[in-house]
Amino acid sequence: MTGMSLIVRTVSRLLLPFMLLFGAYVVLHGHLTPGGGFQGGVIIAASLLMLVLAHGMGRIQAAIDLLRLELAEALGGLILVGVGLAGVVVGVAKFYGHVLPLGTLGKLFSGGDLPLLNIGTGIKVAAGIALIFYAMLRMAGGEEL
Amino acid sequence: MRRAVALSAVLFLGALLLLAVNLYLPPFGSFPERGLGGFEGRSIGQHILEEAPRATGSANIVTSVVWDYRAYDTLGEATVLFTAVCGVVMLFRALGRRGR
Repeated sequence: MTGMSLIVRTVSRLLLPFMLLFGAYVVLHGHLTPGGGFQGGVIIAASLLMLVLAHGMGRIQAAIDLLRLELAEALGGLILVGVGLAGVVVGVAKFYGHVLPLGTLGKLFSGGDLPLLNIGTGIKVAAGIALIFYAMLRMAGGEEL
Repeated sequence: MRRAVALSAVLFLGALLLLAVNLYLPPFGSFPERGLGGFEGRSIGQHILEEAPRATGSANIVTSVVWDYRAYDTLGEATVLFTAVCGVVMLFRALGRRGR
Protein backbone atom coordinates (compact mmCIF):
# COMPACT_ATOMS: atom_id res chain seq x y z
CA MET A 1 0.00 0.00 0.00
CA THR A 2 1.61 3.21 -1.14
CA GLY A 3 1.18 6.64 0.39
CA MET A 4 -0.75 9.60 -0.93
CA SER A 5 0.36 12.97 -2.26
CA LEU A 6 2.55 15.48 -0.44
CA ILE A 7 -0.46 17.63 0.52
CA VAL A 8 -2.24 14.74 2.23
CA ARG A 9 0.91 13.65 4.02
CA THR A 10 1.63 17.15 5.33
CA VAL A 11 -1.93 17.77 6.48
CA SER A 12 -2.10 14.40 8.19
CA ARG A 13 1.15 15.14 10.01
CA LEU A 14 -0.22 18.49 11.18
CA LEU A 15 -3.56 17.00 12.16
CA LEU A 16 -2.26 14.00 14.10
CA PRO A 17 -1.42 15.69 17.44
CA PHE A 18 -4.77 17.46 17.52
CA MET A 19 -6.66 14.26 16.83
CA LEU A 20 -4.72 12.45 19.55
CA LEU A 21 -5.40 15.32 21.94
CA PHE A 22 -9.10 15.30 21.13
CA GLY A 23 -9.25 11.54 21.65
CA ALA A 24 -7.51 11.86 25.01
CA TYR A 25 -9.91 14.66 25.95
CA VAL A 26 -12.95 12.55 25.10
CA VAL A 27 -11.57 9.67 27.16
CA LEU A 28 -10.51 11.72 30.19
CA HIS A 29 -13.71 13.78 30.30
CA GLY A 30 -15.88 10.73 29.80
CA HIS A 31 -17.57 11.21 33.15
CA LEU A 32 -18.21 14.95 32.58
CA THR A 33 -19.11 15.52 28.93
CA PRO A 34 -20.58 13.31 26.20
CA GLY A 35 -18.10 10.66 25.20
CA GLY A 36 -16.17 8.05 27.10
CA GLY A 37 -13.68 5.27 26.64
CA PHE A 38 -15.21 3.65 23.58
CA GLN A 39 -15.67 6.86 21.62
CA GLY A 40 -12.32 8.40 22.51
CA GLY A 41 -10.51 5.13 21.83
CA VAL A 42 -12.01 4.98 18.36
CA ILE A 43 -10.89 8.58 17.70
CA ILE A 44 -7.32 7.71 18.71
CA ALA A 45 -7.36 4.58 16.55
CA ALA A 46 -8.71 6.62 13.63
CA SER A 47 -5.83 9.09 13.95
CA LEU A 48 -3.34 6.20 13.73
CA LEU A 49 -5.17 4.83 10.69
CA MET A 50 -5.08 8.22 9.01
CA LEU A 51 -1.31 8.05 9.33
CA VAL A 52 -1.25 4.66 7.58
CA LEU A 53 -3.51 5.84 4.77
CA ALA A 54 -1.51 8.99 4.16
CA HIS A 55 2.03 7.64 4.41
CA GLY A 56 1.56 4.08 3.25
CA MET A 57 2.21 0.86 5.09
CA GLY A 58 5.88 0.71 4.16
CA ARG A 59 6.93 3.82 6.04
CA ILE A 60 4.68 3.20 9.04
CA GLN A 61 5.65 -0.43 9.48
CA ALA A 62 8.93 0.38 11.23
CA ALA A 63 7.18 2.69 13.67
CA ILE A 64 4.45 0.37 14.91
CA ASP A 65 4.99 -2.67 17.03
CA LEU A 66 2.14 -5.16 16.88
CA LEU A 67 3.27 -6.93 20.03
CA ARG A 68 3.15 -3.63 21.89
CA LEU A 69 -0.36 -2.99 20.61
CA GLU A 70 -1.46 -6.43 21.76
CA LEU A 71 0.09 -5.77 25.16
CA ALA A 72 -1.69 -2.41 25.37
CA GLU A 73 -5.01 -4.05 24.61
CA ALA A 74 -4.45 -6.68 27.27
CA LEU A 75 -3.41 -3.94 29.71
CA GLY A 76 -6.67 -2.08 29.11
CA GLY A 77 -8.64 -5.26 29.73
CA LEU A 78 -6.63 -5.87 32.90
CA ILE A 79 -7.46 -2.36 34.15
CA LEU A 80 -11.17 -2.99 33.59
CA VAL A 81 -11.16 -6.34 35.41
CA GLY A 82 -8.80 -5.05 38.08
CA VAL A 83 -11.00 -2.10 38.99
CA GLY A 84 -13.98 -4.43 39.12
CA LEU A 85 -12.13 -6.84 41.40
CA ALA A 86 -10.82 -3.98 43.54
CA GLY A 87 -14.43 -3.32 44.50
CA VAL A 88 -14.65 -6.91 45.73
CA VAL A 89 -11.30 -7.03 47.51
CA VAL A 90 -10.85 -3.61 49.03
CA GLY A 91 -13.97 -1.64 49.52
CA VAL A 92 -17.58 -2.50 49.55
CA ALA A 93 -17.44 -6.21 48.70
CA LYS A 94 -19.30 -5.59 45.45
CA PHE A 95 -18.21 -6.19 41.86
CA TYR A 96 -17.60 -2.71 40.37
CA GLY A 97 -18.39 -0.99 43.64
CA HIS A 98 -16.67 2.37 44.00
CA VAL A 99 -13.28 2.22 45.72
CA LEU A 100 -12.14 5.82 45.17
CA PRO A 101 -14.07 8.71 46.76
CA LEU A 102 -16.80 10.27 44.65
CA GLY A 103 -15.51 13.84 44.85
CA THR A 104 -17.44 16.97 43.89
CA LEU A 105 -19.77 16.71 40.93
CA GLY A 106 -18.41 18.23 37.73
CA LYS A 107 -14.72 18.30 38.68
CA LEU A 108 -12.15 16.36 36.65
CA PHE A 109 -11.21 14.20 39.63
CA SER A 110 -14.66 12.98 40.52
CA GLY A 111 -16.92 10.07 39.84
CA GLY A 112 -15.07 7.47 41.89
CA ASP A 113 -13.78 4.68 39.66
CA LEU A 114 -15.41 5.93 36.47
CA PRO A 115 -12.38 7.89 35.12
CA LEU A 116 -10.13 4.86 35.67
CA LEU A 117 -12.59 2.63 33.85
CA ASN A 118 -12.85 5.14 31.00
CA ILE A 119 -9.05 5.26 30.66
CA GLY A 120 -8.91 1.46 30.61
CA THR A 121 -11.59 1.30 27.95
CA GLY A 122 -9.84 3.99 25.92
CA ILE A 123 -6.52 2.12 25.89
CA LYS A 124 -8.26 -1.14 25.08
CA VAL A 125 -10.46 0.17 22.27
CA ALA A 126 -7.72 2.30 20.65
CA ALA A 127 -5.22 -0.57 20.65
CA GLY A 128 -7.81 -3.14 19.60
CA ILE A 129 -9.24 -1.22 16.64
CA ALA A 130 -5.77 -0.18 15.45
CA LEU A 131 -4.61 -3.79 15.76
CA ILE A 132 -7.52 -5.11 13.69
CA PHE A 133 -6.87 -2.61 10.91
CA TYR A 134 -3.10 -3.09 10.90
CA ALA A 135 -3.52 -6.86 10.73
CA MET A 136 -5.94 -6.57 7.82
CA LEU A 137 -3.82 -4.01 5.98
CA ARG A 138 -0.72 -6.16 6.35
CA MET A 139 -2.59 -9.16 5.01
CA ALA A 140 -3.78 -7.06 2.08
CA GLY A 141 -0.17 -6.18 1.44
CA GLY A 142 0.69 -9.89 1.51
CA GLU A 143 2.97 -9.69 4.52
CA GLU A 144 3.16 -11.78 7.61
CA LEU A 145 2.33 -10.36 11.00
CA MET B 1 -48.15 -25.50 -4.30
CA ARG B 2 -45.68 -26.02 -1.46
CA ARG B 3 -44.79 -22.36 -1.60
CA ALA B 4 -48.43 -21.33 -1.28
CA VAL B 5 -48.89 -23.67 1.69
CA ALA B 6 -45.76 -22.36 3.38
CA LEU B 7 -46.72 -18.74 2.77
CA SER B 8 -50.21 -19.21 4.12
CA ALA B 9 -48.83 -21.03 7.17
CA VAL B 10 -46.41 -18.19 7.88
CA LEU B 11 -49.13 -15.59 7.46
CA PHE B 12 -51.52 -17.53 9.71
CA LEU B 13 -48.93 -17.98 12.45
CA GLY B 14 -47.89 -14.33 12.21
CA ALA B 15 -51.47 -13.13 12.53
CA LEU B 16 -51.95 -15.47 15.49
CA LEU B 17 -48.85 -14.09 17.22
CA LEU B 18 -49.90 -10.49 16.61
CA LEU B 19 -53.35 -11.26 18.01
CA ALA B 20 -51.83 -12.95 21.07
CA VAL B 21 -49.53 -9.97 21.66
CA ASN B 22 -52.48 -7.62 21.44
CA LEU B 23 -54.64 -9.67 23.76
CA TYR B 24 -52.38 -11.05 26.45
CA LEU B 25 -49.29 -8.87 26.90
CA PRO B 26 -49.49 -5.83 29.18
CA PRO B 27 -49.87 -2.57 27.22
CA PHE B 28 -46.76 -0.82 25.94
CA GLY B 29 -44.96 1.14 28.66
CA SER B 30 -46.48 -0.66 31.65
CA PHE B 31 -44.12 -2.96 33.46
CA PRO B 32 -45.71 -4.99 36.25
CA GLU B 33 -42.39 -6.31 37.60
CA ARG B 34 -41.35 -2.77 38.43
CA GLY B 35 -43.02 -3.02 41.82
CA LEU B 36 -40.48 -5.68 42.83
CA GLY B 37 -37.55 -3.28 42.53
CA GLY B 38 -39.17 -0.49 44.49
CA PHE B 39 -39.79 1.66 41.41
CA GLU B 40 -43.58 1.89 41.69
CA GLY B 41 -43.91 5.64 41.58
CA ARG B 42 -41.56 6.51 38.74
CA SER B 43 -39.94 4.72 35.83
CA ILE B 44 -36.43 3.32 36.10
CA GLY B 45 -35.19 5.98 33.68
CA GLN B 46 -36.64 8.74 35.83
CA HIS B 47 -35.09 7.16 38.92
CA ILE B 48 -31.64 7.04 37.30
CA LEU B 49 -31.93 10.59 35.96
CA GLU B 50 -32.67 11.89 39.43
CA GLU B 51 -30.32 9.73 41.50
CA ALA B 52 -27.32 9.06 39.25
CA PRO B 53 -25.27 12.27 39.75
CA ARG B 54 -25.50 11.97 43.52
CA ALA B 55 -25.05 8.21 43.67
CA THR B 56 -22.08 7.91 41.29
CA GLY B 57 -20.50 11.37 41.32
CA SER B 58 -20.49 11.48 37.52
CA ALA B 59 -21.97 14.44 35.66
CA ASN B 60 -22.42 12.35 32.51
CA ILE B 61 -25.38 10.11 33.26
CA VAL B 62 -24.70 7.88 30.24
CA THR B 63 -21.27 7.04 31.62
CA SER B 64 -22.72 6.43 35.06
CA VAL B 65 -25.14 3.91 33.54
CA VAL B 66 -22.53 2.30 31.29
CA TRP B 67 -19.76 1.91 33.88
CA ASP B 68 -21.67 1.96 37.16
CA TYR B 69 -25.22 0.66 37.00
CA ARG B 70 -24.42 -1.69 34.11
CA ALA B 71 -20.66 -2.14 34.56
CA TYR B 72 -20.89 -5.93 34.41
CA ASP B 73 -22.71 -5.65 31.08
CA THR B 74 -20.06 -3.28 29.71
CA LEU B 75 -17.32 -5.66 30.81
CA GLY B 76 -19.00 -8.19 28.53
CA GLU B 77 -18.95 -5.67 25.70
CA ALA B 78 -15.23 -5.13 26.22
CA THR B 79 -14.79 -8.91 26.19
CA VAL B 80 -16.55 -9.07 22.83
CA LEU B 81 -14.04 -6.58 21.42
CA PHE B 82 -11.15 -8.51 22.98
CA THR B 83 -12.38 -11.76 21.44
CA ALA B 84 -12.81 -10.10 18.05
CA VAL B 85 -9.27 -8.75 18.12
CA CYS B 86 -7.87 -12.14 19.19
CA GLY B 87 -9.79 -13.84 16.38
CA VAL B 88 -8.67 -11.38 13.71
CA VAL B 89 -5.01 -11.53 14.76
CA MET B 90 -4.97 -15.33 14.97
CA LEU B 91 -6.78 -15.76 11.66
CA PHE B 92 -4.61 -13.36 9.73
CA ARG B 93 -1.42 -14.68 11.27
CA ALA B 94 -2.34 -18.21 10.19
CA LEU B 95 -3.32 -17.02 6.71
CA GLY B 96 -0.03 -15.15 6.39
CA ARG B 97 1.95 -18.27 7.28
CA ARG B 98 0.08 -20.35 4.73
CA GLY B 99 0.65 -17.74 2.02
CA ARG B 100 4.39 -18.04 2.35
